[in-house]
Amino acid sequence: MSSAEAVSGRDHILTVEHLTMRFGGLVAINDLSFEAERGKITALIGPNGAGKTTVFNCITGFYKPSEGMITLRHEDGTTFLLERLADYETAARARVSRTFQNIRLFAGMTVLENLLVAQHRTLMRASYYTVGGILGFGNYAAAEQEAVDFALHWLERVGLAERADDAAGDLPYGDQRRVEIARAMCTRPVLLCLDEPAAGLNPRESAELNELLMSIRESERLSILLIEHDMGVVMGISDHIVVLDYGEKISDGTPEEVRNDPAVIAAYLGVEDEEVEAVEQEIAQ
Amino acid sequence: MAETTLSRVNGTPEAVSGERRTTQAFKESLIAGGLAFLLSFPLLTHRTVQQAEGLVLEPRWLWGVIAAVVVFAGRLLLHFLVWDRQVVRAPVAPRLWQGLAAKPAPLSVWVGPLLLGLALIFPFLPFVDRRIMDLAILVLTYVMLGWGLNIVVGLAGLLDLGYVAFYAVGAYSFALLAQYFDLGFWVCLPLAGILAAFWGILLGFPVLRLRGDYLAIVTLAFGEIIRVVLLNWYSFTNGPDGISGIPKPSFFGLEFKRFGDNTFAGFFGIEYSTLHRFIYLYYIILALALLTNYVTIRLRRLPIGRAWEALREDEVACRSLGINITNTKLTAFAIGAMFGGFAGSFFATRQGFISPESFTFLESAIILAIVVLGGMGSQIGVAVAAFVMIGGGELLFREFAQYRMLVFGLAMVAIMVWRPRGLVGTRKATIAVGERKAIGGDLVGEGHG
Amino acid sequence: MEYFAQQLINGLTLGSIYGLIAIGYTMVYGIIGMINFAHGDIFMVGSFIALIAIIAIGLSAATPFFLMVLALLLVLAIAMVLTSAWGWTVERLAYRPLRGSFRLAPLITAIGMSIVLQNFVQIAQGARVKPLQPIVTGSYILMEKDGFVVSLSNIQIIIIVTTVGLMAVFSLIIARTPLGRAQRACEQDRVMASLVGVNVDRTISLTFVMGAALAAVAGLMYLLYYGVIDFYIGFVAGIKAFTAAVLGGIGSLPGAMLGGLVIGLIETFWSAYFTIEYKDVAAFSLLAVVLIFLPEGLLGKPEVEKV
Repeated sequence: MSSAEAVSGRDHILTVEHLTMRFGGLVAINDLSFEAERGKITALIGPNGAGKTTVFNCITGFYKPSEGMITLRHEDGTTFLLERLADYETAARARVSRTFQNIRLFAGMTVLENLLVAQHRTLMRASYYTVGGILGFGNYAAAEQEAVDFALHWLERVGLAERADDAAGDLPYGDQRRVEIARAMCTRPVLLCLDEPAAGLNPRESAELNELLMSIRESERLSILLIEHDMGVVMGISDHIVVLDYGEKISDGTPEEVRNDPAVIAAYLGVEDEEVEAVEQEIAQ
Repeated sequence: MAETTLSRVNGTPEAVSGERRTTQAFKESLIAGGLAFLLSFPLLTHRTVQQAEGLVLEPRWLWGVIAAVVVFAGRLLLHFLVWDRQVVRAPVAPRLWQGLAAKPAPLSVWVGPLLLGLALIFPFLPFVDRRIMDLAILVLTYVMLGWGLNIVVGLAGLLDLGYVAFYAVGAYSFALLAQYFDLGFWVCLPLAGILAAFWGILLGFPVLRLRGDYLAIVTLAFGEIIRVVLLNWYSFTNGPDGISGIPKPSFFGLEFKRFGDNTFAGFFGIEYSTLHRFIYLYYIILALALLTNYVTIRLRRLPIGRAWEALREDEVACRSLGINITNTKLTAFAIGAMFGGFAGSFFATRQGFISPESFTFLESAIILAIVVLGGMGSQIGVAVAAFVMIGGGELLFREFAQYRMLVFGLAMVAIMVWRPRGLVGTRKATIAVGERKAIGGDLVGEGHG
Repeated sequence: MEYFAQQLINGLTLGSIYGLIAIGYTMVYGIIGMINFAHGDIFMVGSFIALIAIIAIGLSAATPFFLMVLALLLVLAIAMVLTSAWGWTVERLAYRPLRGSFRLAPLITAIGMSIVLQNFVQIAQGARVKPLQPIVTGSYILMEKDGFVVSLSNIQIIIIVTTVGLMAVFSLIIARTPLGRAQRACEQDRVMASLVGVNVDRTISLTFVMGAALAAVAGLMYLLYYGVIDFYIGFVAGIKAFTAAVLGGIGSLPGAMLGGLVIGLIETFWSAYFTIEYKDVAAFSLLAVVLIFLPEGLLGKPEVEKV
């Protein structure tokens, strides 16, 4: 397939190299490199303030990284240097979609409208950039119907088809999370970035989310990048985990590897550095 | 709303008995009256009068007393007629509003067409004379301006305090094109719209990255800059003297004159009347306003309109969905400006004379007030607000012109405090698989830019 | 050089007046995040109250020095107290009922209040301009060359000294007193401030009162300096002062002062070296340019976009 696959033996959709992000004097991310495999779920975990959301913001174009390179490869071999794209182009051209830690739905619009806004670019083309839509030529009506069908398809997938006409802000918290995922899917992404999708969900909802993500991955051959605190979700569905602490990568591997990495345990339990070394030595012996 | 008003005034409603409430009301009204007296001193009680030896004071204590009594009585009446009644009806009143809010469908189904029908036959109603015709034209001009600004403020959530600039661009475009190139109204109308839209893009491009109040203040500044330039560029705009002799619109080449070859009256063989021209102007502005309305309604159902509303709700989310927000904002700005330009062009032809004085910040403020008072994004609300604020002001206060703006300002404050979301506070969904529901105002965003 | 020095002095004086008004904008914006559009008109009201007080006292250039100082202080006190009452009332009537509501609503009530104040004064005092004979006269000659005199007048000294003094007092109030602490707390997080026992309504009211008092001082200074006022001075001065507040970095007290000085200087120099007609254009263009390239203003804190 692509040359990247030939070299590493794996097909990486996303390659982050030497990513550094500074805010004034604060170094939020320091020389971070990792890769995400196509069609797999990669999780980004770490204690609060480790810089996970900052990584997301760099990938999705909201921040311009101070240094480093973020490469996205489509299946047809087209590559995008994400750090060079304007924020909206990340979604529009590179087809990276995201959700937000604090839900950002268009609360005053209906769920269906939310999902149509996500198909903005397709619909704009269909309406000949508004000109055709106003004057009534072209087949905008058909395109809109198609968009509605696509939106309803995703609402069914997340189990909210009957709430299509309700204001998004009226939905309960858990449902809003799922609408946000459906909305992100309506942009037809190749990489879906989810920022703490399980935050605030109860265990049952959390389990449903697991199933949803797994099924999306299978059916759409979608790659998912995930920030999550809920270890049940992370360990249950991730194919690959990257652990951050204080803006640096401290571990990288399969759930099994990461779970047993003493540096990760130390970071999560807040062990002193010397103790980490002690733990590491113990394990080495 | 009733409960909050009450607790604001009297503390907890249950704890206060009727009698105590009355005493309380008297006490508070006395305080309000006293404060009114304090405030009227010395601005109202001592008038400065220019005499030969300089300024002297002319005491008018009675005015202060009147102000105090009026405020006392007003406060007391307000208490008994509005606040205290809501105590009794507290459980009912909010439900009534909610009921209206939840089911605006039957309301808007007949109110819109009814108003439209009335507007269409209006010039032929028996009581209509020249003065009322003139007023109707004025009201419709503001309806159109309100609808135009509504695209920018109500839909896209961009706070524009300099809308009058585009009104001015439209008016001056027509006036100058007519003066220098001898072009007529119908040729200039689209040109004025295009020029205004062009200015919208030109001004919008640098400022649209600003957020919220910063955008407001920069648009205000631009409005003032355009006015000051019009005022001082004497060789081009004739400065404060303005431009006069702006041509009147013709009816397919027929003119509204008493004598001449191609007159409207002559062609149709009817007796000449000055009212014809007013009726014609009325229908022009009605058509322009309806065009604005139609385009807005169409746009709301197109992706660009949904993108505007999404932008108002959450700009960051829009960016994450691949929407180019700069272009989206610029389109809103340009289309809003275009309608402002049309209205300006119409204003110029109606007046026959324009000067920078007509395009002050107060105009922008009035148009914005109409949009917000009407309920942002609501077409009917804006029309009603324009009718109440402009028509009401002109009808009730024609005799007391100097009190008109005072009452206008007070009404702005009162309506906003009464209904912070405007007269129509709900938003109607643009598309639905089932029933198109109305969305409560508390959910709808107000924009950040 | 002499011409430049004279313009510098004039610009600083004008800038001081703008700065005093700008503080009112910046404090209110800092604490409740709204443009108090009526603030310019509060300044105008203050100016009128001062005018009436001066006439009532019978102050003129002939008043002996000692008495004049006393009388001016009395006028200042009257203007500050009565204008503060106006500031308080405007807040109570038009802004407090809308606290925590829809963001545009208080903006509209503010514009409404501005219209009300202007028209109230127009009705009560007439639309004509009110000229006042110069009261504080006399000046010092700083430089003289080729017949061109650079002078610093007494009134200019008073304005600059008063401004600097008030600036210091208000900075101390904000930095040191419980009221200042409450104000800063409300600025950060109003809900949290009320939870820890700050009386938020009272704090906001006092902020309006402080702003109005400073506007009254500016009103008196304007009256003494220009000697002519009308009901419309509040609008233009208000917009300039708000420009100053934004330019300096909204929410920052020293910023407001700095912004005021910058606007005052630009306006004066523009009038002196280019055309007086376009001085407002210069001030507003500068505002646009600064906001586009330095949105947080000169002394404001940069805002990192939270995603």
